[in-house]
Amino acid sequence: MTEVVAQRQSIRDLLAAHPFFADLGDRDLDLIAGCGQNRVFRPGQVLFREGDPADWFHVIRRGRIALGISIPGREDLIIDTLGPGEVLGWSWLFPPHVWTMDATALDTVHVIALDGVCLRGKCDDDPALGYSLARRFAGILSDRLASTRLRLLDIYQADPHG
Amino acid sequence: MADPMTPVRYRVAAKHQETSDTWTLDLRPLAGPIATPRPGQFTMLYAFGRGEIPISVSGLPGEGSPLRHTIRAVGSVSEALCALVPGDEVGVRGPFGTSWGLERAEGRDVVMMAGGIGLAPLRPAVEHVLEHRDSYGRFAVLIGCRTPRDLLFLRQLEAWRGRFDVEVEVTVDSADPGWHGDVGVVTGLLPRIPIDPDNITVMMCGPEVMMRFGARAMIERGVAEADIELSTERNMKCAIGHCGHCQLGPKFICMDGPVFPLPEVGPLLAVRSL
Repeated sequence: MTEVVAQRQSIRDLLAAHPFFADLGDRDLDLIAGCGQNRVFRPGQVLFREGDPADWFHVIRRGRIALGISIPGREDLIIDTLGPGEVLGWSWLFPPHVWTMDATALDTVHVIALDGVCLRGKCDDDPALGYSLARRFAGILSDRLASTRLRLLDIYQADPHG
Repeated sequence: MADPMTPVRYRVAAKHQETSDTWTLDLRPLAGPIATPRPGQFTMLYAFGRGEIPISVSGLPGEGSPLRHTIRAVGSVSEALCALVPGDEVGVRGPFGTSWGLERAEGRDVVMMAGGIGLAPLRPAVEHVLEHRDSYGRFAVLIGCRTPRDLLFLRQLEAWRGRFDVEVEVTVDSADPGWHGDVGVVTGLLPRIPIDPDNITVMMCGPEVMMRFGARAMIERGVAEADIELSTERNMKCAIGHCGHCQLGPKFICMDGPVFPLPEVGPLLAVRSL
């Protein structure tokens, strides 16, 4: 029991220090930490694949993770990398709760894995917590959408002058 | 002073392929050289019989080093320049335009953000800071390009990354699984860089969209517009402010630029018809 409490407290502190949870209240941090556990992934280890159930999301503490897409007939393509201070995955929050990409550890990755089912239940019970989390994920979605739009422009394409 | 409209003859001393469509030419003068360029300036390179285009200086001449230009083959003249081989001749006019504010940045942190071929005009500035490292604070170079195959100056990047006094971050738009670096837009690298808004100079060179987003991200972190410099590109022809081809509103890029403080050029870049 003591060990579980100690671990939970440690996770709470780690979450409190993570930028994604900045300014979150103590009570909310306690609630979220209750759904979390530390995990370590080795370089090359697959965190999840497209189509897998999105039961967890990952708060990245150390290391980098590649998000990739498998394309029939050609090599997989890495379309994004995430690192410390970032959060991997929002599919746990939205139905049908299925991952839409592959995620692979590029180096040794330390995360706090948060149980999406556990957290969804807490969000349903506590709409204020749900709203706070949804706002944070909306910020990530907005940033990633802007990044995707920028890349759609293919800005490094050659300008045919000269 | 030499006639700025008369090309000076140079010989291609060496040629390095950077990417599938980009080469670096090492040039040495056949007689007297042009004036020594400052980091950020450009010259007009004349492919005899084909035409003349503005190319930023990617390596400063001096102490045995050649004058370097890095050229992407995207049109008739640039293709002709990239097809030159050692021993061929090329005409050089210049140097022209404004340079990076390296003296003004002394004592301050420096962040340089380069996109694609935009690393070429920044390379002399990176080298300057590294050669005068004690004169500057923290130093970061952020580089973005399309794929790992489009990265310029690979050996030099490795050398820079091997130093402990500069942070070099590279990201690409997409990559095959063999790539172990970052994937994402170059502005996504910014959160990793500690920013002291009161003591920083930012220098950006790349696609205008990248610079617009980069400048916006810096301003959001408290950096003053006056501390952000951009290198712009337009269709320079005469390079001495006579022909008007490179006019951007009230500015002639060839003379007033290509390096501008953001407040001077930012509003103009936002005008859709310019």
